[in-house]
Amino acid sequence: MSSTSTTRGVHDLLRSAPPPPSAAPDGSAAGWSANRTLPLRVELVRQWRRRRTQLVLAGLALFPLVLAALFARNREGVVPGGTRFVDLATGGAVNFALFVVFASSTLLIVVVVALFCGDTVASEAGWSSLKYLLASPVGRSRLLRQKLVVSFGLALSGLVILPVSALISGGIFFGFGPARTPLGSVIPTGEALFRLSIVIGYLAVSMLFVASLAFFLGVHTDAPLGAVGGAVMLVIISTILDQVEDLGPVREILPTHYIGAWVDAFNDPVVWQDMSRGGILSVAYAAVLLALAWRKFLTKDVLS
Amino acid sequence: MIGWLRSSRARAAVALTGAVALVAVALLWVVPSLTAGPTVREEVLRVPVGAEADGSTVDLDVAVYRADDGSDARLPAVMLAHGFGGQREDLVAQARRLALEGYVVLTWTARGFGGSGGRIHLNAPAYEVADARALVDLLATRDDVLRDTDGDPRVGITGGSYGGAIALLAAGYDQRIDAIAPRITWNDLAASLFPQFAAAADPTTPAALEPIAEPGVFKRLWAGVFFGSGSASEGDPTICGRFAQDVCDAYGASAATGVPTPEILDLLAASSPASVLDRIEAPTLLLQGQADSLFPLSEGDANARGIAADGTPVKLVWFAGGHDGGDQEVERLDALTLAWFDRYLREDGTPADTRFEATGQAASLFGARTGADPQVLAADAAPGVGDAAVVARRAVPLEGGAQTVVAPAGGNPAQVSSLPGLGAVVSTLLRGSQRALPDIPGQSALFQTQPFTEPFTLVGSATVDIRVRTDAPDVTLFARLLDVGPGGSEAVLPNRLVTTVRLGAGGDSTVRVVLPAVVREIQPGHALRLVVTTTDQAYAMPADARTYGIELAGDGALSLPDVPVTPLPSDLSGLVLAAVGVGLLLVALAAAAVILGRRGRHVAEDVEPGLADVPLVVRNLGKSYAGGFRAVSDVSFRVEQGQVLGLLGPNGAGKTTVLRMLLGLIRPSEGELLVFGHRITPGAPVLSRLGAFVEGPGLLPHLSGRANLELFWRATGRPAEEAYLDTVLEVAGLGADVDRKVRTYSQGMRARIAIAQAMLGLPELLVLDEPTNGLDPPQIREVREVLRTYAETGRTVVVSSHLLAEVERTCTHVVVMHRGELVAAGPLDQVVSADGAGDSSADLESVFLGLIGAT
Repeated sequence: MSSTSTTRGVHDLLRSAPPPPSAAPDGSAAGWSANRTLPLRVELVRQWRRRRTQLVLAGLALFPLVLAALFARNREGVVPGGTRFVDLATGGAVNFALFVVFASSTLLIVVVVALFCGDTVASEAGWSSLKYLLASPVGRSRLLRQKLVVSFGLALSGLVILPVSALISGGIFFGFGPARTPLGSVIPTGEALFRLSIVIGYLAVSMLFVASLAFFLGVHTDAPLGAVGGAVMLVIISTILDQVEDLGPVREILPTHYIGAWVDAFNDPVVWQDMSRGGILSVAYAAVLLALAWRKFLTKDVLS
Repeated sequence: MIGWLRSSRARAAVALTGAVALVAVALLWVVPSLTAGPTVREEVLRVPVGAEADGSTVDLDVAVYRADDGSDARLPAVMLAHGFGGQREDLVAQARRLALEGYVVLTWTARGFGGSGGRIHLNAPAYEVADARALVDLLATRDDVLRDTDGDPRVGITGGSYGGAIALLAAGYDQRIDAIAPRITWNDLAASLFPQFAAAADPTTPAALEPIAEPGVFKRLWAGVFFGSGSASEGDPTICGRFAQDVCDAYGASAATGVPTPEILDLLAASSPASVLDRIEAPTLLLQGQADSLFPLSEGDANARGIAADGTPVKLVWFAGGHDGGDQEVERLDALTLAWFDRYLREDGTPADTRFEATGQAASLFGARTGADPQVLAADAAPGVGDAAVVARRAVPLEGGAQTVVAPAGGNPAQVSSLPGLGAVVSTLLRGSQRALPDIPGQSALFQTQPFTEPFTLVGSATVDIRVRTDAPDVTLFARLLDVGPGGSEAVLPNRLVTTVRLGAGGDSTVRVVLPAVVREIQPGHALRLVVTTTDQAYAMPADARTYGIELAGDGALSLPDVPVTPLPSDLSGLVLAAVGVGLLLVALAAAAVILGRRGRHVAEDVEPGLADVPLVVRNLGKSYAGGFRAVSDVSFRVEQGQVLGLLGPNGAGKTTVLRMLLGLIRPSEGELLVFGHRITPGAPVLSRLGAFVEGPGLLPHLSGRANLELFWRATGRPAEEAYLDTVLEVAGLGADVDRKVRTYSQGMRARIAIAQAMLGLPELLVLDEPTNGLDPPQIREVREVLRTYAETGRTVVVSSHLLAEVERTCTHVVVMHRGELVAAGPLDQVVSADGAGDSSADLESVFLGLIGAT
């Protein structure tokens, strides 16, 4: 509208537009279908183009590389062939990947998962774009579902990128030899890779709780930081409570009680007991949290 | 019902209820302890038993446990015995668990310990064994204990270490005992304290040791710990503490010299199950520890052989832990013990299980095996026990020539293998590692096999023949077997175990050395290394310096036991349950998703066909917020096609609330809105014919204006050609700025992109809320003209504003609201003239102020 010619152009364009086509029986505009609103690809592009998404995923890819380079440069603190866990980290690709997963599973992965899943609805509310999506209209349930799939998918990709990058970085700096145990035995590379995939799979299942918690909080607040920080804080509190032995059997139903059970994947044979309990606990918490998230979102008044 | 399910609140309730129910089931499974059972009754008694040698009377501190389940049936009994230095209170938890399984459980503090009287006689037949028999007598008199015959109760005994030995000895001396389950205990106490691993005969069981007659090397650190825990007394330290005088004297004499006196050998023999094995007829579950340098696996093998020789059922189990620490596998051992008693005391009819079980060495990248289940290797029977064939052996050649080693004067410095009695501490210091500590130069002779080409599971003791030559009057040597990684990279000493050889004469002798019994998977590329050393910190050593010439003898090979073990299948029930549970939950989630995700079907009540051409009808609309604030009450108006309707009112009049309800963002408390005849609900399909800009722009700051418009349109799922993107970009009029990120935009630019977004697809009903905020006067004029043109195309515009002049120039119709209520509605000119009392100069402003009562 900065020039008259543009203004006139607008009026001509508007007048030349055909009249609205006749509406569908459900009252919707021609070409609209509830099942085609907010396609996954569109939501993925909306999230992927955020600097935050790119930085987090790139960081997860680069962190193991930097760590491996530091380990390789500064070997004084590392006993070659030593039996401490850190010593074993430089033993080869799989050892290093496990070290990275071990070192990051308690906080880094939790933060990444909470970030992707907590911020997805809350940031839309923060930008005020949520109301326009809902009015466009995208059904509330469908909006949650699409956002859930994309945010969980991004979190999962982070969960895969980290160990894969660690595996490659470890291989570059320490060789692709078989995994070594502190007892001196070795696990052949193929077997070790299979075990590593079990680890990633279990981490994904156990992170369902964190993801659902963050998602649940994200539906309740317009402040992305509140959802992400709140989820991380609750996970930390649960972890701390888990260390209070006086709580007895109550600890066994804490959502983070089995969060470290993935180490069982490197027993021979794999011990499934704790992983199966942790898995079911995580899915159970996720089911409740997601049901609550849905309930809240379907009934709430969207004011922002 | 179907109608009820259509309400999203009800759908959510269904989903929530289902999820909660499933979670409850899941939790009951995850936490078995939440399912509480009956309580256990405890009776504490003082039981008088035989007097001490000096005539002083003795009574024992006894407790009896029984489940308090209202039944008075006679039950089989179990006696629980504690370890050396312990007392009955240590066993309360185990006793309560057993009581809940349906046993009368008796625990007692042994003579000389805790709250019992008397002195320690090391399980002597006349004292501690007689005490145990007195307790069996006591059980025979109880009317809640099952009896085989009068005076003969159905009873089993279990206990660890000192308590395990009393189980064996009592079963040897008292045939009324029906089953025993001794843990980590001795066969021959003299052999345990003065171990001799020079063999006199070929081994028959995997960890067999048939030592030569010569007493072995004094296990001084362990003996010190063992006796120290018996003599410790509070406040008044004495040399003998609560030990009986004869025991104390005999131990003192031997500990001083490192050579056993005849007195202590007699005394230890009387306290050793070895003396009564042929009299034990109670089926015996022997639980021996691999991490045990005090009572090694060879002690358990000796008990197993001796008891099974007469056909008594024996099950031999080598678990991971022991006196040196490690995983004590408490749950598994308790389960095995319970199954043993259920079979032989309760006679539950389960088939006899006499398989040999050995816990596999940890094979985890994290050192100690993690998780709940240890890997258990099993064979149908323990080789060489009872009817089972003796253990097969294979020879693996060793390499290494004759070597000379030095034993330093005073045995110092000495090699460190284990630090007895400090198992847990050492484990912590070494972080669970079993790496061999470096050899002291000059003290060790090394012999090594070729690397293995295929994996081999070593279960039991290797043996080797060596030739020893020395000028010294006797020989004391220590032997270790290391697992050496490829290229000699890592040497592991399994369980840090070492065996000892003592020959009473020097000179030139050939001796068969039995190496420590272990369970270890030898990986391909790994070799076994035999290390023969002159010193070990844990043992007494000769005071003089000496040298030994050591070389391989016989066939120059390691003889390895070859036990055909296979891994017991791990308990998959947990996995199956988990799979079922997860499956159920996923099904429930999927069902919930289907119920929740189903769009409310378009049904007749939601449509008024007669209004299909009317862009907007508002009927009796009201909205109250929680807390009672009424934002809108009873508002009704109607917008016809082609109108530009101004929604007018001061701040807080309820305009924005009406628009939010129009978009389905909030629910009306009363009344309804119909757009083209379709009732508005959240996400109603008819909203796709409506474009909106309400309460400020909602743009993605990290995207350009153009990308925002494109993605917003793609989010509607409608075809790109219906977007009229070029047209609305012209409306925005941002020129090249449309490709800059929105976060760099001014407020006016954002507003223009937001108006353009509302116009995407040229909706039939355009709703704009204060669209001119942030725009400069020329831009305000442009918007006005665009809206007029837009209405001329047959579409309809609703615009809210508090700028009266703006509305007056833009709109054809107005609705005036004040404090949530409609105060006027109709064509602009009618509203203006209706008020004016014929005042020709009336304008909207004065009319408005009049309507809201401000004049």
